[in-house]
Amino acid sequence: MLDSILRILALTRKELLSVLKDPRTRMSLLVPPLMQALIFGYAATYDLNHVPYAVLDQDRSAASHQLLAGLDGSGIFERIADLHRVGDLATYIDDRRALLVVQIEPDFERHLLSGTSADVQVIADGRNSNTAGTAMGYVNSIVEQFNTDWRSTHGLAAAPLGIISRAWYNPNLETRWNMIPGLIGTLTLIQTMMLAAMSVAREREQGTFDQLLVTPFRPYEIMAGKALPAMAVGTIQATGVLLVAQLWFRIPFAGSYLTLYVGLMLFLLAAIGIGLLVSSVAATMQQALLYSMLFIIPFSLLSGMTTPLRNMPPAVQYFTAINPLRYAIDITRRVYLEGASLYLLRSDLWPLALIAALTLAAAAWMFSHRMQ
Amino acid sequence: MIAAPRTVLVSPALIAENLSQAFRSKKEPLVQALDGVSLEVRSGELTALIGPDGAGKTTLIRLAAGLLRADSGTLRVLGVDVNIDPQRVQDRISYMPQRFGLYEDLTVAENLDLYADLHGVSADERAQRYPQLMTMTALAPFKQRLAGQLSGGMKQKLGLACTLIHSPELLLLDEPTVGVDPLSRRELWEIVRHLVTDEGMTVLLSTAYLDEAERCSRVVMLHHGKVLSQGTPSDVTHNAEGLSFIVQPSQPHGARTLQGQLLDRPDIIDAVPDGGRVRFVRVTEGQDVSATDELLRELTVTPVPASFEDGFMMLLRRSADHEQVKAITVDRPVIGEGQPVIVKVRDLVKRFGDFVAVDHIDFEVLRGEIFGLLGPNGAGKTTTFRMLCGLLTASGGQLNIAGTDVLRAPASARSRLGYVAQKFSLYGPLTVAENLEFFASAYGLRGERRRARIAWAMKQFELETNAHMMSAQLPGGFKQRLAMAAALLHEPEILFLDEPTSGADPLARRVFWRQITALAEQGVTVIVTTHFMQEAEYCDRVAIMDAGKVLAKGSPGDIRQRASTPTTLEPSMEDAFIAIVQDARVEQAQLVASAPKEAA
Repeated sequence: MLDSILRILALTRKELLSVLKDPRTRMSLLVPPLMQALIFGYAATYDLNHVPYAVLDQDRSAASHQLLAGLDGSGIFERIADLHRVGDLATYIDDRRALLVVQIEPDFERHLLSGTSADVQVIADGRNSNTAGTAMGYVNSIVEQFNTDWRSTHGLAAAPLGIISRAWYNPNLETRWNMIPGLIGTLTLIQTMMLAAMSVAREREQGTFDQLLVTPFRPYEIMAGKALPAMAVGTIQATGVLLVAQLWFRIPFAGSYLTLYVGLMLFLLAAIGIGLLVSSVAATMQQALLYSMLFIIPFSLLSGMTTPLRNMPPAVQYFTAINPLRYAIDITRRVYLEGASLYLLRSDLWPLALIAALTLAAAAWMFSHRMQ
Repeated sequence: MIAAPRTVLVSPALIAENLSQAFRSKKEPLVQALDGVSLEVRSGELTALIGPDGAGKTTLIRLAAGLLRADSGTLRVLGVDVNIDPQRVQDRISYMPQRFGLYEDLTVAENLDLYADLHGVSADERAQRYPQLMTMTALAPFKQRLAGQLSGGMKQKLGLACTLIHSPELLLLDEPTVGVDPLSRRELWEIVRHLVTDEGMTVLLSTAYLDEAERCSRVVMLHHGKVLSQGTPSDVTHNAEGLSFIVQPSQPHGARTLQGQLLDRPDIIDAVPDGGRVRFVRVTEGQDVSATDELLRELTVTPVPASFEDGFMMLLRRSADHEQVKAITVDRPVIGEGQPVIVKVRDLVKRFGDFVAVDHIDFEVLRGEIFGLLGPNGAGKTTTFRMLCGLLTASGGQLNIAGTDVLRAPASARSRLGYVAQKFSLYGPLTVAENLEFFASAYGLRGERRRARIAWAMKQFELETNAHMMSAQLPGGFKQRLAMAAALLHEPEILFLDEPTSGADPLARRVFWRQITALAEQGVTVIVTTHFMQEAEYCDRVAIMDAGKVLAKGSPGDIRQRASTPTTLEPSMEDAFIAIVQDARVEQAQLVASAPKEAA
């Protein structure tokens, strides 16, 4: 038993030495995740700012000015042109000069003052449906605000229904709050899995694996010795991203660190298990690289990081059951923003544990049975 | 385009004058690969470049191929200054590097087409050239086979065919026969001889095999970037004239001990085992000869004609910085308990699908013996070797190592054996010390014993000065020493060596075998595979394998005796090996030819 532990530690030390000795490798393990966390934190957001829009105001009244002032003052919309002809509407959208064109009908103020409703036409560029939808939502809320203001200043009864929305865990509904905790898992997945996938393939390619097999190392000891360094690297990377989230983006951490790290450990084990399984099949480093890419890309795209799992076709939803990242993103977001406990997270934790157990066992079996 | 008439070159094909080339890198000190080399390669002749590793052979060939620019000196190839106009030279020569760039995923025919395209060979020329090349290399039946699936010897032949596609005036070959078994080596050599004598091509080749150099019309010997000798092979041999002897040891199996003792004497230039006797070269002038005289007293010493190798060793020894070959000592002799048979192989079979790689073989290895597994590429010796080490499971039979059944309990057998892989597999980014520490832990060495063993390894293999060097940056010889040191840390009873001397020069091989014989003297059993048939002489017993079967077993002397014919009374180990393998193949072919009749 003691011999076994000492052997595992020796292998772990050797792996860490060979990975961390070279300053360039050392940098490539630490700098990219932090850089990516910063870049995605700023760049990957659904929040819209500086939406260019054009106006065809055919009324040119106080009321129309009041509505447009609401748009201009929102900080989201930027008026780029005042149009004079209906024909210009299409050109501004076609040339992508404006994302939205707002058209106010000639009798806008008269209709309002007479107590009937007036029409405002908003044309959006639907070629990017996501952005157009979000922008339309903003326009709606500004129009809603205009209605409320108009009613109160003109002594009209308030609308019968009013919605007071309050978003829990992310009061301002900032995408960044949603995005960055999700990155803790996503950014660590790539290098952890690669590290595990390459570790045995490299030894096999360089002929050192035979050397390792003729020593008293048992297959599970080799597995453990390969998994531990990858775990360590993954944990350090995840901590780095966590620090960026808290110290740089100042996103408040609501949960317990213990819960977060328990979840992360299970996630890393599952990712490493898949990596080692790839490694046990691959004969060369190139194969290991190609096989792990085969997993990493669908895992990242179908993780619920950017697009909700619920919207995916059922068959794809079943596939995501084997995706450790899917659970990791759920865990990190919920622990980070909501402060979820281990008990609440059990539906994420047991699948991770199962994936880890199955892949590690399969990899160990492959190592000892590939010698034929 | 009108082809220029091929001029008959009467002047030398290659003239180097005072050629120097150094390599610098950031951390390493300057390496002077060539230091004022002047030499000539005559047209229409076969010239060999010989010398220890790092002598500058490859650098010289690369300079001649216009792949490097010399620091100083001139080099004229086919009358053109390579430094000024490398492209004009490259159009007229062919160069085959040590590892020729074959595309392993393409077939033999596709590789040939690719190189023909690269050299712009026309369809007419191809139609004429291809059949010639195919007959010459005997690759015609394998045209549709992937290059990656060819044996080492066949790959080299294909590489040679690819370089010959545009009929060069000068052919440069860098160690074309490294890692090639004796049979394929003989075939390759036949092709080169044909090119020179029948096609009038000029060939310059480098080689680590001295018997090959001996067959060339001229030999250039380099050492540390300087020319030690230039002339005919007999000029080299002449250096040891009258200094070669052969001695019969007193005990029947004492040849190896005597060889080791002789090699340690300063007045002995060289000593090698030779069919139960020891052949040595001795200089008596200016040396203390008493100890050697004592050693040889009462033994029958017969003078023999000097060989090329004797002359080579003399030349090397005359260059001042020659270091003494050193044996190694283990801390305590390995005392075997129990029966003398340490490895027992009974009816061993290994199948890969339908293919039988190892076909019911039997052999035994005795404690403290050096046992050689010899065979051409694809004979099944590597497969057998891997099964012995527990790296491969057997399909059937018994495999008993040091009293444990390897097929049942491989783990416990492993701690009693040491293994040195063909490529001296070490962890490149780790230092020498870190590699040793890792393997010490892997073998469960702890505390005082661990410290003592690492210190032993550092001292015995003279690794102290390089202890903190990254092992990837070690020179070749040191890599081999480190691999040996790592494999011996846990004092194994059996040491497995897979082609340990492939690509090593004669000097490095001497050092290596001195270590191996010393280990065997001290009780370690050594099992080794090798392509160098001369090295089989160091073994107590050998087994020759081909097509998965053991064809012959016995001492090197017995094996040589078996191949003795009225024409060759004293065949060399290599002659014997080739005769045995070819006889078996002829027999097998006859069996296959007669089989359908029986079935009908």
